[in-house]
This record gives sequence, structure tokens and C-alpha cells, in this order.
Amino acid sequence: MSWQGAAGLALVLFCIGLAGLLARRNLVFVLMSVEMMLNAAGLLFIAAGMRWGTADGQIMFVMVLNLAGAELAVGLILLLRMRGRVRTLDGDAAVLLRDAS
Amino acid sequence: MVAVVTSLMAVTGKNPVHALLWFVVSLLAMAVVFFVLGAAFAAALEVIVYAGAIVVLFLFVVMMLSLDRAAWAREGSWIRGPVWVAPVGFVVVLGGALGWEIFSVPLPVRAGRAVLPAEVGLKMFSGDILAVEMASLLLLAGLVAAFHLARGSER
Amino acid sequence: MIGEVWMVPALPLLGSVILGIFGGKISARAAAVVGAGSVGVAAVLAVWIAVGWFGAPPVGNAVTVPVWDWMNLPGFSARVGLLVDPVSLVLMLVISVIGFFIHLFSSEYMAGENGYSRYFAYLTLFVASMLLLVLANDLLVMFVGWEGVGVCSYLLVGFWFEEEKNGEAAQKSFIVTRIADIAMLVGILLLAVRFGTLDIGTVLHGAVAAWAPGGFWPAAVAVCLLVGGLGKSAQVPLQTWLPDAMAGPTPVSALIHAATMVTAGVYLVVRLHVLFLLAPGVLQGIGVGAAVTVLVAACAGLVQSDIKRVLAYSTMGQIGYMFLGLGVGAWGAAMFHLASHAIFKALLFLSSGAVSMRLHHEQNIFAMGGLRRKMPVAFAGFLVGAVCLAAVPVVGCGFFSKEYLLGAVWANNKVLWGVGIVGAFLTGVYIFRAVFTVFFGEAVAVSGGYGVRVIVPLAVLGVAALGFGWLQTPGFLGGAKVFSDVLAPVLGGGESVVPWWVAGVGMAAPLAGIALAYALHENGFWRRQGAAAPGVWEKFLQGGMGFDAVYRVLFVKPFLWVVWVLRDDPVDQVFGVLERAAVGLHRRLREEQDGKLRRYAGWMMAGSVATILVVVFS
Repeated sequence: MSWQGAAGLALVLFCIGLAGLLARRNLVFVLMSVEMMLNAAGLLFIAAGMRWGTADGQIMFVMVLNLAGAELAVGLILLLRMRGRVRTLDGDAAVLLRDAS
Repeated sequence: MVAVVTSLMAVTGKNPVHALLWFVVSLLAMAVVFFVLGAAFAAALEVIVYAGAIVVLFLFVVMMLSLDRAAWAREGSWIRGPVWVAPVGFVVVLGGALGWEIFSVPLPVRAGRAVLPAEVGLKMFSGDILAVEMASLLLLAGLVAAFHLARGSER
Repeated sequence: MIGEVWMVPALPLLGSVILGIFGGKISARAAAVVGAGSVGVAAVLAVWIAVGWFGAPPVGNAVTVPVWDWMNLPGFSARVGLLVDPVSLVLMLVISVIGFFIHLFSSEYMAGENGYSRYFAYLTLFVASMLLLVLANDLLVMFVGWEGVGVCSYLLVGFWFEEEKNGEAAQKSFIVTRIADIAMLVGILLLAVRFGTLDIGTVLHGAVAAWAPGGFWPAAVAVCLLVGGLGKSAQVPLQTWLPDAMAGPTPVSALIHAATMVTAGVYLVVRLHVLFLLAPGVLQGIGVGAAVTVLVAACAGLVQSDIKRVLAYSTMGQIGYMFLGLGVGAWGAAMFHLASHAIFKALLFLSSGAVSMRLHHEQNIFAMGGLRRKMPVAFAGFLVGAVCLAAVPVVGCGFFSKEYLLGAVWANNKVLWGVGIVGAFLTGVYIFRAVFTVFFGEAVAVSGGYGVRVIVPLAVLGVAALGFGWLQTPGFLGGAKVFSDVLAPVLGGGESVVPWWVAGVGMAAPLAGIALAYALHENGFWRRQGAAAPGVWEKFLQGGMGFDAVYRVLFVKPFLWVVWVLRDDPVDQVFGVLERAAVGLHRRLREEQDGKLRRYAGWMMAGSVATILVVVFS
């Protein structure tokens, strides 16, 4: 397939992930949408690497993967801590910044 | 095609475990796409690391949360119609713009070159060694942070 | 010695400052000494200067003693200086000498009062301001003195401020005179703009050179200045404050509202008579207004039951006579009546104060009676004063001054003279109504006695009242012209010859008035009138002929309405809109910072999308 088609697929997947991020309240799904977006970005890198014929695309993909792992680990821990605090996984429940005004 | 459909299912699922499984399928489809693009190394990595480690981690945590049917029902109530309007709107705008950008490039469609894993490895450990080291640093930082934060929750 | 004339206003001012700062800490006796002493020394100094002057008048008959340069702006400069000429000498003597005796009287009258030293501080400040007013050679300095006396009058009328109506009376006097002062300020400013200076001599010369008689500008300036004078002198239409100002202590009324402050208006016209001569229409207006005032005051005096209010209305009327003289250009006659009135009116007020002192500060004449045997000194003082006020022929100074004045008026305007005669008749009636009611008839109980500090001023003023008139007598009584000769260099000479019957009518009118008063007293009419509830006509006259009511409707109520409408400060409300908008915006934005994840994500995405769109499509 052409690199443009791959890029287009990456775009679609990214958009799906973005929509999920904005729409879902459950934080697990939010994190999953983030992963999806990172995956789509990686696909774009691969497509670019194919286009230009260098190995840089795949190397970048490895970096992205790396990043996704680290970020997910920390994110999940935070999710668990928050659940301990507000007793629910609802993102809208974490409004503790509001002051009594 | 498969990737798109399964991704959609993942994002709109009610049960997190089901959604993760859809996600796994989506990742496997992506690996195939990588392979078709000639990036064998990336395809392998995608399966092993992404679908193998990252999603598994996700699953572990979700299992820990022990959500029940009540949770699924609640989840369902949270993703009713009106919620999707703004996000989809955004996304359409964004997608349209970027897509227009991508497909309006009048470059000659040249068949891409498959890049062999050997080549990738060579490049990675000679030219881009710095990036590799930094990636490992990032992993270390993530590890420490996760450890510290997890310890707090035990108290 | 004339160069030390600045000490004359300065000494009372110093006394006032000392009393103001240390008043609470020194004894009452010391306060009285400082107060009366400062004015006393000033009086001695004034007499000394006057004697030196009359012994050897300086060339040109006027001396200007500069004190300091006040301001020098492009287009305007003012120098503070004191002008000593016969007019200011006369007034300086009147103010300082009579002022001293009133201070002496006050030290006994006000003994035991709360705020004793405060009283003397105000009183000496008043004397200082009044002296500054008459000695000023610059209209700006005179205005300073003008305002000073206004403030002191307010402070002293409202001296017993714990009672609300005293404060209201003080406010009324201050506000009415203030309104008049604004008009006067307009006149002063017109002169300043036109001539670049307010030095009196320069201004008058400039006015004669620049303006033709009967023109618009001299009339406009004259009217503005006149309004200021009318207010200070309690003439129609600005006379409403004077009867209410009797709420102050009696010596205050004697000094301020009889002898000095209310004569400031007369002084103003006399000092600037050159300017007023350029506006003959204004002079005619002065005459008419004065005639109205004389009649209003005399009618109102007939029905008052408070002795001080009787005297207040009589002051109003007598100053009306002075303005009558001014209206026909008889400056010297007006000055003579001013000095003579100062003496006998002070005498009247002090005598009535002496009477009240021994009746527990009672002031209603119908609560008094038959006091001539029990209070001989007060009776004598009041009788001499009344005789002068009514212008009983030959005996008191009032006769001579009123004769002189009415003679001059006859020479110019017969109608005004007629009004003056009617006024003289009514004056005789109302003052002797008071005399008979208070001092004759059945006696009431009295208490206490007076000391020398009361008797001496009454005696001195009484003798002065009897003798002062002989300085200026009509032809058939000796033709002395001491007073007019003294003033002639400044004011021009003036002796009008009147037909014998005019003088005769002038002498007969007050006698007729006294006779009527006596007859009605014997009849018991006054007592009945006093005892009965006031009828409509009486209420009208007692209330000063409805002026207060008219002013309340015309000015006070609309003003209060405007204040009510503006009470929320509409201009500030407009700015309040800005304030509320800012606060509202702040509150809205702060609600955004609540940690809601999806909201943050949404905004971030929106921003990113917008940026990408800009980049892609530009």
C-alpha cells in the first residue's frame, strides 16, 4: 500500500482515539484511547519511514512504544490512587479543585 | 479495515475487558499493516511489546478493579448519544483538515522500500544510540514513579 | 505708629489661637483675660492710631500699609495690605471698642458655661476677621475676612450645639450668607479678570476709566457684589437667617448681629461707592429693596414675643435705613447711622441680656413685667437704647443719625423718604411696646444681681449713645459737622438742607409711635395680644412674612429631592458596571479551574485543532 493510505489510516485511528478520549468518562477507557492515539502516531512514523526509505521511522516507533509503556504504568497507578480517593472511576468526579465559592 | 472497525468497537465498549480485547485485535491488525508496509521489525515489536506487555498490564489493573454488571450499566448510561456530538464534531474537523493536507501533496507515488530489521538495528545502536539511552532513562523514571506512587496507596 | 496698624487685627487673632490651643487647660478666668485683653489692647491701639490721625492727618488722607505679597500669577497679582483712611478708621474704632466691652460683658454673662474658653476663642477670631475685613485694601483679603466672619457667626450661633435647633439656625445663617457670598465671589472674579488685580484703589480707578456710567458691566458687577452684601446684612430677600440667628448667646447677637457683621454689607457699598456710582440703576434698586426691608422688619417687630427677635427685626430695619441712604448716595449719612446704630443696638442687646440673666434666661416679654424698679441699670440701658432706636428728638444719638439720613433721602427721593417716616413711626411703636411690656406693669420675680463687668459696659455704651449724636447735628441745633468732615475726603461732603416741616415730621413720627405704644399698653392691648393665640395675620408676620415658607418650597425641597434621587450615586453606578463585569468574568473563569478532566481535554483539543487549522490553511 502507498504511504498515503497508511497515513490516512493513521489519521482515522487517531481521530477515533481522540473522540474516545473526549467522550468517555471512565478513566480506563480514557487511558485506552490515549494508547490508541499513540499507536496511530507510531503508524504514521512507520509510513513516513517507508516513504523516505530510511530506518528512522522504525526507530522512532520504538521510542513511541517505550513512551507508551512508561506513561501507561504511571497512569494506571494514578488511576488506582484516584479510585481510592473518590471511590469511583468517573473522570467527572475528580473535581476536588473546586473551592467553596 | 479491520483495524478501524475494531478500534471503533474498543472505544465504544461498555465492559472494559471487552473493550481491551477489541483493542488487542486492533493491535494485531496494525501489526499486519506494519508488515505490509515492509517494517517487519516494527510489526514484531508491536505484537510483543504493545499487545503483549502494555495491554496485559492494562488487563491486570482492570481485573484488580473488579467491576461488575452494575458498573457496566452505569458505563452505558454515560455514553449516550449527546455525549458524542462535540467530540465527533471536533474530530471530523481535525480529520478533514489533516486529511486534506495529506492527500493534496502532489508527490509522485513511489513505491516504498521495505526496511530490514538488520538495518534498523545497525542504525539504532550506532547513530541513534543517544535516543536509546534516553528511552531507557525514561523507563527508569517511569519505574521509580510507579513504585513510589504504588507504595503510597498501601498505607 | 500708623505702620503698626497690622497689630490691630493681629492681636485678637493671636488671642484666638492661644485660646484655641490652650483653652482646655487654662482656667476660665485666664481665658476671659486673654480674650477680652487681646481685644482691649487692640482697642487701645486703635484709639491711639485714630488720635494720631485726627491730630495730623497724612497727606492724601489714606495710608496703605503693605504686609506681604500673596500671589503673582500671569494676569493677576494680589498683595495683602491694610488701608487706613477715615472710613476704615471709624469702623476699626467701632469694632474694637464695642467689641472690647462686649467681651467684658460676656465674661460675666457666660460664666459657668461649658465651653467658656471656646466661646472666647471664637469671639476673638470674629473680631480679628472683622477688623481684617474693614482694613483690607484688596478685595481678596476682604473676602477672606468676609468668610471668616461668616464662619465665626456659624460657630457662635450654634454655640450651644447640643440642642438641635441651634445647629439648624446656625446652618441656616451660614447657608444663606454662603449663597450670597457666591454671588459676591462672581463679582470679585469679574473684577479680577477685567483688571488683573483686586487692589481697591486700582480697581476703582480702572472702573471709572474703562466703564461708562449706566453700562452693562458696572451694573453686573455691582449687582453681584450687592447680593453678597444683602446676604451678610440680612436685607430682603436674604434676610431670613437673622431672626433665627438669635439662638446664639446674647453678647454674640450684640456683637455680630447688631454692631458689626451685619454692617459689612453697608461697608462694602461705601468702600466701593465709586463703582456703584457707575450703576445708577443698581442704586435705585438698593433704595427700593431697602424700603421693602424697612417695612417688613417693622411690621414683623410688632408681633414678636421673644425680646431678641424684636431686636433682630429692628436690626434688619435699621440696616434697611442705611441701605436707603446708600441708595440715594448719602454715604456719609449711612456711615454715621452705622456707627450710631452699633452703639445703641449693642446697648439694647446687652441690656436685654442683663434682664434675661436675672430671669433664668427667659426671653419672652410677656413673662416679664414691672422690672424698672428691680433692675434699674438694665432699665436705664434699655431705655436709652430704645430712645435712640426710635429716634426720639434731641435726646439720643439715633435721632441725629436718622435725621441726617432722612434729610439726605428727602433731597433725592420723596417716596423713599415717606417710607422712612412710616418706618420710624412703626419703630417707635414696636420698641416701646417692648419697653412698656417688660419694664412697666406688674412685677415678676427676679433673682441674683450683676457685677461690675455687666454694669460698666452698659454705662459706657449708654453715655456714648447719648453723646455720640452731637458729632453731627442739623442746622437748628448747632450745625456741628465733625463726622462728615472726617469722612469728607473719602466720601465727599454732604449736608442737605431740608424744609422745616420735613424735619418736623421726622421728629413727630417717633413720638407718635411712642404715644400709641403707651396708649395700647395702658389699655392692656399688648398683654391681650400676647396672651391670645396668634391669628393668621400674626402668624404671617411672626414668621417673617412667609419668606421662609416660600424659600422652603422654591429651594429647599427641590434640593432635597435632587439629593434623594442621587443618593445611590448614579455616576458611580456606571463605573460599578465595569467592576461587576470584571468580577463576574473572574467568577466564571474560576469555575473552569475545577479539575474536570473532560473539560480540560476538550479545551486542549479545541485549541490544538484551531492551531492546526491555522497552520494548514494559511
